[in-house]
Amino acid sequence: MSMFMRSRVGFDGSPATASALDRGGPAQPLLIVDGIRKYFPITSGRFGGAATYVKAVDGVGFEVAKGETLGVVGESGCGKSTTARLLIRLIEPDAGTIVLDGDPVGGPRGLTLREMRRQVQMVFQDSYASLNPRLTIKDTITFGLKANGIDRMTAARRAQTVLDLVGLNPSMFDQRYPHELSGGQRQRVNIARALAVEPRLVILDEAVSALDKSVEAQVLNLLRELKRRLALTYIFISHDLNVVQHVSDRVLVMYLGKVIELGPVDLLYQRPLHPYTEGLLSSRLSMSPRKRIDKPPLSGDPPNPINPPSGCRFRTRCHLAEDICGRLEPKLGAPSGGPHVVACHARTPSSGHSAAGTAGPTITFPSP
Amino acid sequence: MSTLTSAEPIAVAAAPRKGRRPASRSFWETAWRRLSRDPVALTCGAILLVVLLAALLAPWITPHDPYRTSMARRLLPVGDARHWLGTDELGRDLLARLIYGGRMSLFMGFAPVALATLIGGFLGIVAGYCGGAINMAIMRITDVFYAFPSVLLAVAISGVLGAGLVNSLVSLTLVFTPPLARVAESVTTQVRNQDYVEAARATGASGWRIVLGHVLSNVTGPILIYASSMISVSIVIASGLSFLGLGVSPPNAEWGLMLNTLRQSIYVAPLNAVLPGLMIFIVSMSSNLISDSLRSSMDVKV
Repeated sequence: MSMFMRSRVGFDGSPATASALDRGGPAQPLLIVDGIRKYFPITSGRFGGAATYVKAVDGVGFEVAKGETLGVVGESGCGKSTTARLLIRLIEPDAGTIVLDGDPVGGPRGLTLREMRRQVQMVFQDSYASLNPRLTIKDTITFGLKANGIDRMTAARRAQTVLDLVGLNPSMFDQRYPHELSGGQRQRVNIARALAVEPRLVILDEAVSALDKSVEAQVLNLLRELKRRLALTYIFISHDLNVVQHVSDRVLVMYLGKVIELGPVDLLYQRPLHPYTEGLLSSRLSMSPRKRIDKPPLSGDPPNPINPPSGCRFRTRCHLAEDICGRLEPKLGAPSGGPHVVACHARTPSSGHSAAGTAGPTITFPSP
Repeated sequence: MSTLTSAEPIAVAAAPRKGRRPASRSFWETAWRRLSRDPVALTCGAILLVVLLAALLAPWITPHDPYRTSMARRLLPVGDARHWLGTDELGRDLLARLIYGGRMSLFMGFAPVALATLIGGFLGIVAGYCGGAINMAIMRITDVFYAFPSVLLAVAISGVLGAGLVNSLVSLTLVFTPPLARVAESVTTQVRNQDYVEAARATGASGWRIVLGHVLSNVTGPILIYASSMISVSIVIASGLSFLGLGVSPPNAEWGLMLNTLRQSIYVAPLNAVLPGLMIFIVSMSSNLISDSLRSSMDVKV
């Protein structure tokens, strides 16, 4: 992948003014993330300095093309949500660069946070906690608009428009309070709030996970419809593999703060390369009682992110783990030369892993 | 949320209905409705209102001059034909003095708490929202005040500043600011970590805008509840300061001061001596009960 080379593109040449829509043209990725890292310090004792760190996100890099939906999956605590918060800068990253349509975010010549946030918005998982119980729906939606200098009347009109967009009748809902709405309605309001500032990229952090299945389907359809009408790009974070398969163009798999696999949804779901992805996918329950799963494909919990295993972080739970996995950290690479990349010694030719072979794209898939 | 909506129709999602939709009530409207249906709150509110009105209208409703002494009419008993509540040790009309004293005592109950709410609330919200070093600095400074019992602290500050109304006001404000700052800080810290504050930050709003638009509306309730419970304490401590000679100086009427001067007559005219204390008790009790009702009326899971 070219992501590691491309990440510095934004710094040279591109002017630091607020970007008009689609500055870089269709070929320029909307978002380039390179090597972002966040270690949360754990202070031991009251006056002690930061002794240890939780390595929540450790060198994550990926690109999001314009108009695509990038699914992000992984177990709880793998850094999905931290990544989302880093992207929209609710948390400051310790290192790494984020480039939005050719413009770096932050830095002396980059986009300011406010400029970035006008283009990137986020929908949170907890539809209830993410709405202020004291504000009406209209006030919630217009808040962000007014903060961006839009006058009251325009903001009110925009609120009506976005409520209409998400399928809520403005005259019925704009004066209501969050506790008067159902979970699905609240999540629609959250989506409306995110859309109100007319973003280009919407980060959906488990946005449908807390909804019941029928409402989840409605909201997913709504999201798809909105994406089509407003030419949006999504980063769709979820632990629900079926939903991710349904909505995504490409899927990114995270494990303990690292990207371990990234590829087009069909390729990744049909032929997962990383043993962890394999395990994740086979942990999905089948509708057929004949395909009962007797033992869990992945056993145990992820290791402690304070002190992750050396080399490959998955090796402690991996059925392919060998000596090399503990010594050397695998890098993301494309074994078949295509868009499907994986960070696994067993899939990287000439890595020294016995299952890897020496060269060439032919890969054997040992059954677990 | 079910506790609130149980009596009302729940909003219907689909299909716009005909006719008017049920009116939405804000948190404050709901709290006010609940408060105005609480018999305890109503009774105590009425008592406080009567005392407050009497204090405000003192010059027009008092039958006698509260400062006119009369050696001949000293310590007339309660129920006297001319002086309904009797007279004090200098022959001044007790009813008039109680009404005039209410001005001072109520002022000393509300004003320091109001000032402390503004100052402490501001400090606490800033500390809670900013967190980190700013929080540390503000909260550790307020912690210093916790080293002293509140009454002792008030006495000490008044003692240093000297007697007088303004000095009592200053000392009481200083006494009440730290606990209010602490309450404000703890609720702000909770609110700050809510998703809706994160969502507001994600829209690019500035810190002040978020505090005014999102934080304030969620922390005022708890701060007000706590402040209202401080009013009775303030009345009692202010009376205590006057009792000790550190507050209002004679011949001004003030309940604590009256209690002090009538103390010597307690064996001669016990009822007269008790009256100022009774007023302190009634007013502080009422404000405490109102504070209680306020808390339960705001205890809405929304």
